[in-house]
Amino acid sequence: MRVRVDTSKCQGHNRCYALAPELFDVDDLGTAFVLNDGVVPAGLEAKARLAEKNCPEYAIVIED
Amino acid sequence: MADIKDLETYLNEVYGPVTDWMTDFDHANPEYNENAHALWDEMRDKCPVAHTTRYGGTWLPVTHEYVSEIAYDTDRFTSRSVVVSRMKPSLAPDMPPAPIGTAPPISSDPPFHHDARRVMLPAFAPKKIAAWEGDVRALCNELLDNVEGQEVIDAAVDYAQHIPVNVIARMLGFPLEDSDLFRKFVHDVLEGVDEPVHVRQPKFDRLFDYISVQIEEHQANPREDLTSFLLNATIYDQPLSMRHVAGSIVLLLLAGIDTTWSAIGSSIWHLATTPADRERLVREPELMPTAIEEFLRAYAPVTMARLVKEDMDFHGCPMKAEDWVLLPFPAANRDPKEFADADKVIIDREENRHSAFGLGIHRCMGSNLARLELTIAVEEFLKRYPNFELSDTAGVKWSNGQIRGPRKLPVRILPNK
Ligand code: HEM
Ligand code: SF4
Repeated sequence: MRVRVDTSKCQGHNRCYALAPELFDVDDLGTAFVLNDGVVPAGLEAKARLAEKNCPEYAIVIED
Repeated sequence: MADIKDLETYLNEVYGPVTDWMTDFDHANPEYNENAHALWDEMRDKCPVAHTTRYGGTWLPVTHEYVSEIAYDTDRFTSRSVVVSRMKPSLAPDMPPAPIGTAPPISSDPPFHHDARRVMLPAFAPKKIAAWEGDVRALCNELLDNVEGQEVIDAAVDYAQHIPVNVIARMLGFPLEDSDLFRKFVHDVLEGVDEPVHVRQPKFDRLFDYISVQIEEHQANPREDLTSFLLNATIYDQPLSMRHVAGSIVLLLLAGIDTTWSAIGSSIWHLATTPADRERLVREPELMPTAIEEFLRAYAPVTMARLVKEDMDFHGCPMKAEDWVLLPFPAANRDPKEFADADKVIIDREENRHSAFGLGIHRCMGSNLARLELTIAVEEFLKRYPNFELSDTAGVKWSNGQIRGPRKLPVRILPNK
């Protein structure tokens, strides 16, 4: 599984970073970026989905 | 905008009772916030865009779809003023024009908005804000100590209201002993939106005068705080204008205080009235993060506003240039098309794309701070008082205007079961 942040939509609500800090980080301006090139380590798929389901801007994209 | 034949009368007329909530609503009428959830549900079924001629013409869309469409559409809707009152920018010739506005970045439109926001964002980044946790926890405990032993406490007045004021005063480097004073200034400005202009304007003047004194004091004695940070900040390689600095400070006070106070109060109100959720949170404190997001969704305190730029048709509504459009994020959060069981509070809700902190470019800059204050305030309250109830249902008083939350919240402390 891979995960991606659509930076044109991300507004820095920081939900992804709060819910799945293993997969996302945020920069100084609050904008999210993926760790590990977006490759979701085995066992963290549920966390990636959780982040996707809690992004108010629909900015997180999951690619299976 | 409706024709204003007699400006004096328009500015100073006292609005009467609401005749019909779909066609003559008044968001500053006390009944609006008291019955908000039922009113929005009814509007969603019947309209879903309510209208009133008050304030020179105001629209109220209540679906998630329409609220997000407007929040994203900065071409057709301007943020030049985000609090509905009679005082439209066209009636206030000395009000700074778009795209800057009186209180950047909330009153700004693209492209200036982005640059003004960038100046302040680093001060509110998650890792910067996390450093305040210890201070906030100590503050909450101090407030609880002050009312220790009382059988009944007002959770809004004795507790919730002090938390954001005290935190922002520390961040700005304002005298902590002035907290009560400027909380009152802010409160007067936010709750008096339906007042005649001659009553309202002096309240703004008092707030700006107070801030000017603090700015001058910081110019003389710079230090490590948000006020000095803003005085040193630059935009396009120039220092921020004094008007910009003062406007941004007013914004932090206006945007951070009644909002967070309301969110804390509503969450405690929910726990006082829903014993099952309170007991579960005490038993399973690991649910706190989802519970807090659910309280933010279900009791979102903040409705913002936009002004229509040019005459247009919005899904059949004939919007006129300079009409107000309220952006009720709290109503969007209760739209059954966007949320399963939208009307139920589910403290372990897994999917929650609520928009309590707005949508699009104006996403609340203080959201990390607000979440920190709200989480700690609820945690510490529950730790100290795992069992409590409303002491007097009729004694609960909700705010007036665009920020919704309990302003009086008497709770009786019960023995721990
Ligand atoms: C639970 C508490 C809070 C809620 C629900 C809330 C909600 C919001 C909302 C909905 C907006 C969007 C405005 C718009 O679209 O026009 C906003 C903007 C803003 N908020 Fe908050 N807020 C809260 C607390 C705070 C705090 C504590 C601060 C700072 C100390 C703050 C600072 C700001 C600022 C500076 C903006 C303007 C951002 C911009 O225009 O780019 N807020 N807030
Ligand atoms: S939750 Fe969405 S909007 Fe917020 S930081 Fe993550 S990707 Fe960006």
